[in-house]
Amino acid sequence: MNIKPISSPHVSSARRVDDIMKKVIFALLPALGFGIFLFGWSALFLTMVTVLSALFFEAVCLKLKGGAVESYLRDGSAIVTGLLVAMTLPPYAPWWIGVVGSGLAIILGKHVYGGLGQNLFNPAMLARVALLISFPIEMTTWVNVSPFFTGLDILESFKITFSGAEISDAITGATTLGFVKTGFSQAQLLPDLLNDYSGFLAFIGWERGSLGETSTVLILLGGLWLMRQGIIQWFIPVSLLASITFLSTLFNLIDSTHYLSAWVHLNSGAVMLVAFFIATDYVTSPNTPLGQLIFGTGCGVLIFVIRSWGGYPEGTGFAVLLMNSVTPLIDHYVRPRIYGRTRDGKPIEGG
Amino acid sequence: MFAFLENPKFRGGIHAEEHKAETCDKPIATNLPLPKKLYIPVQQHVGKPAEPIVKVGEHVLKGQLLAYSQGTISAPVHAPSSGVILDVQDFPAPHPSALPIRTIVIETDGEEKWFKYAIPEKPFELDPEEICLRVGGAGVVGLGGAVFPSAVKLNLGRKNQIHTLLINAGECEPYLTCDDLLMQERAVEIVGGIRLMLRGMNAPKAIVGIEDNKPKAFKAMQAASTEFQQISVVQVPTRYPMGWDRQMLRYLTGNEIPADGRATDIGVVIHNVATTYAVYQAVCLSKPLISRVVTVSGGAVSKPQNVEVPIGTLMSEVLAFCGVENEKLARLIMGGPMMGEVLPHADVPVVKASSGILALSHEDIFEPEVKPCIRCSSCVTACPVGLLPLEMASRIKANKLDAAVDLGLKDCISCGSCSYVCPSNIPLVHYFKFASGELFSRQQREHKAEQTKRLAENRTQRMERIKAEAEEDARRVMEARAARQAAEAKAQEENA
Ligand code: SF4
Ligand code: SF4
Repeated sequence: MNIKPISSPHVSSARRVDDIMKKVIFALLPALGFGIFLFGWSALFLTMVTVLSALFFEAVCLKLKGGAVESYLRDGSAIVTGLLVAMTLPPYAPWWIGVVGSGLAIILGKHVYGGLGQNLFNPAMLARVALLISFPIEMTTWVNVSPFFTGLDILESFKITFSGAEISDAITGATTLGFVKTGFSQAQLLPDLLNDYSGFLAFIGWERGSLGETSTVLILLGGLWLMRQGIIQWFIPVSLLASITFLSTLFNLIDSTHYLSAWVHLNSGAVMLVAFFIATDYVTSPNTPLGQLIFGTGCGVLIFVIRSWGGYPEGTGFAVLLMNSVTPLIDHYVRPRIYGRTRDGKPIEGG
Repeated sequence: MFAFLENPKFRGGIHAEEHKAETCDKPIATNLPLPKKLYIPVQQHVGKPAEPIVKVGEHVLKGQLLAYSQGTISAPVHAPSSGVILDVQDFPAPHPSALPIRTIVIETDGEEKWFKYAIPEKPFELDPEEICLRVGGAGVVGLGGAVFPSAVKLNLGRKNQIHTLLINAGECEPYLTCDDLLMQERAVEIVGGIRLMLRGMNAPKAIVGIEDNKPKAFKAMQAASTEFQQISVVQVPTRYPMGWDRQMLRYLTGNEIPADGRATDIGVVIHNVATTYAVYQAVCLSKPLISRVVTVSGGAVSKPQNVEVPIGTLMSEVLAFCGVENEKLARLIMGGPMMGEVLPHADVPVVKASSGILALSHEDIFEPEVKPCIRCSSCVTACPVGLLPLEMASRIKANKLDAAVDLGLKDCISCGSCSYVCPSNIPLVHYFKFASGELFSRQQREHKAEQTKRLAENRTQRMERIKAEAEEDARRVMEARAARQAAEAKAQEENA
């Protein structure tokens, strides 16, 4: 155990790591709850499996490292990681996807680097991308909206999650981004491709998508609440969303048959979740306001670029990982100005 | 270009729990029983220690000079009460180490008889030089904690043609209310002190900055200064560390002091508000600085309050007066909880720097275990200087002190904002203090090595010079001898 030496200051704020994590969990709950409601029992099972296995892997890693397992487990960071992994998974993904995802996130994403605070990449995004590359089918099977008590019953759902029951094609489809991408490859053009699209339903989250990513409005509310609580700052979310909005609007104005509008971009895929909960990850984002603006803008630009011209319909995972990898560089070059000095560290002129 | 990311008036800082309510509405207690013995260290200021001029056994009067100031940066000390000099000995100083320092011990006689100094008739018409002289002679030092001799600062101000005297009445440290109470009760004297300072520096105007959590003090100061156009009293937001001189200056004027400079470089001199009161006493009443108002507070005292304490009173007596409950006492601190120093025990004297004595209970200093850094950057946001505490700490942990210096370690003011907010409870300031200490001793070592080298070089040079001189002498002797022999030979030849 670390003994704190007696040194000033002799008082400290009440905020602790566990409080921060608790608040993040709290802020995620509305969007998660909505996702579970939207996709039924399977979504609930998958969430439980993912979070429990995140806790399990965390405990094992802590144990192997030796030291206080319990007090670290209680800091809640593993739960946050588990929740984020679960929320980015397709709702009908089999149980082992959740387990592998959590394992990747906790072991490869976090403890290989030395544990909490040491990792280079956001664990949840690392898991997401690795899963997507390794299990493309499971990771892109999108079930239709099927709220509790209208979709599969508990037993059928249990089979889907735990015993690999076939998911009938009748109840699956493509996400907006995937649909549009496929459409483009068949030389279809935009207004037609979006005939069935409802901007409003996308905003509230009534659409196909990952378990906890669909509801723009609920994620936004959670994120704004976190901001109000002072847990996250505005720099990353605002710059990320602003850069996507700017680029998509620009290209949409130039060629509206090939480029989606800002509204579709902002309400699709993981953009909102990434903007407020993932790109803002303390460990893997820069420490200074300016650095965070650069980081957020970079994420936004990359998301747009990958979505518009890349091989994947959704680019958030890759975008975040890429920006994570330049975070140390940003932190090295972007430093706050020190009192009485210019930005490059020389004393300011007196008089 | 990126200025918009920076609050131009106030950067960083924290809202700490204030704990001022316990003491800020009670009058200053002036009925502390006179201690039987007073322990007056000869060094209570920045600079050279004062030199005692009293002898053991001598009787001294209240206010009489005990030790005179030595050198340009120093300050005298005076007798806080009348009595007999018991001893001049080494006695534990109010410092974390409680290392003994030279201390004059007085056994008080309880008569409180004043030494008679001449009181000027028109103090506000004295020459500036005369004002500075009196301030220096009265042993006035900065009472905000810096304890820099005030007269030196006044002289500096006069020579540098300053345009603003900034009076720092921020008192941003939690718990402390001694400045607050002083302003509430003695605003007229404070304003007098400010006028004297202005005159002493030939400065045109003064601004008093008071945190807006002291409305009573603000009103009192405003009322006391209405008739003096040159003094403006303003409220500043309550946000630690507003009382950091440079922070308050930036807040009130928008200017920063260059990192390598002083306030005078931009035409400003900054004094603490309690110092102005001491200046008033020194000049108008010819009373040297022999007592100060001390905030006694914390969870382990039952009667938290401000007390006027003679310098040299043992803290244990002041604590007893305020009802200290020793079983609750977890940590004793001189100063505020953010920057104050831990004292190992209370048998040390109150000195000019003692703004507060805090007897904190276990609840006050609740300290959960230290966790790893989660890079939340709360410390970066909180730092008023614009440093990267987490980065500096990680460098220091890896023993890369120079890298920490490159990151601005030397600009750190140890304000504690970073440690305060850190959710992982990492003792950041401890790292910084440790590193500064290491750097200092390294510098000392280098200095010493340098000196040894120089001495050695000097020695070789001297030896060579001596050798050369000896050779020169020998040569001269030889030459002389040769010349003499030649002359003799010549003479013999001539004689022959
Ligand atoms: S406040 Fe503490 S945990 Fe957060 S970045 Fe700073 S040192 Fe790390
Ligand atoms: S102690 Fe130093 S590093 Fe920490 S906030 Fe204060 S000035 Fe910044």
